[in-house]
Amino acid sequence: MSRSVKKGPFVDDHLMKKVERLNQTGEKRQIKTWSRRSMITPEFIGHTFLVHNGKTFVSVYVTENMVGHRLGEFSPTRVFKKHGAATDKTVALK
Amino acid sequence: MPRVIGVDIPGRKRIEYALRYIYGIGLTKAREICARSGVDAATKADKLTDQEISKISEVLQGYRVEGDLRREVQQNIRRLIAVNAYRGQRHRRGLPVRGQRTKTNARTRKGPRKTVGAVRGKEARSAVKTDAPK
Repeated sequence: MSRSVKKGPFVDDHLMKKVERLNQTGEKRQIKTWSRRSMITPEFIGHTFLVHNGKTFVSVYVTENMVGHRLGEFSPTRVFKKHGAATDKTVALK
Repeated sequence: MPRVIGVDIPGRKRIEYALRYIYGIGLTKAREICARSGVDAATKADKLTDQEISKISEVLQGYRVEGDLRREVQQNIRRLIAVNAYRGQRHRRGLPVRGQRTKTNARTRKGPRKTVGAVRGKEARSAVKTDAPK
């Protein structure tokens, strides 16, 4: 079920506070965050976030097209490192 | 065979079903269109008068169908890819987008099976290597 429109988009308070402070001072600083669940709102445009992926922080520059998505969508938690071909070395391990 | 909005040629069926041959029109919208254009949903598409056809075409203007709809869908996918969202990456790699399992199944998205990984036996391995050098 989708979220009630009445409530508006979900953004973690601590993140929203930081963004608003940056917007007021007109500062541009990267915001480090673990809040992957926060929806990107129009206030976020132009800021760069460092979004935690469980291990490191991925730099995400927010553009207009990203509004409505969540920060986590831009910070993949899994990295696919191609399937290993059977080499003599891997076979020797068996 | 009557033609409605250009290319679509629904067959000798009741129009409520014939209209579904238009991309973007399902049963619900087809019935809605019949009601709005004042055409009896039970009449066969062949038996429609020119007047009724033009009325239906007129009502269809209010819906996004065929090329326009296809373009919209493509645009949405292109946007997901452009902003580099997770769903865009799944589209790019031709994998399922909505969290389905890929350990097995997912053949619709992945296409025919391509074996990767372990090849047993020394001869078989060298055969693979010569077939597909990196």
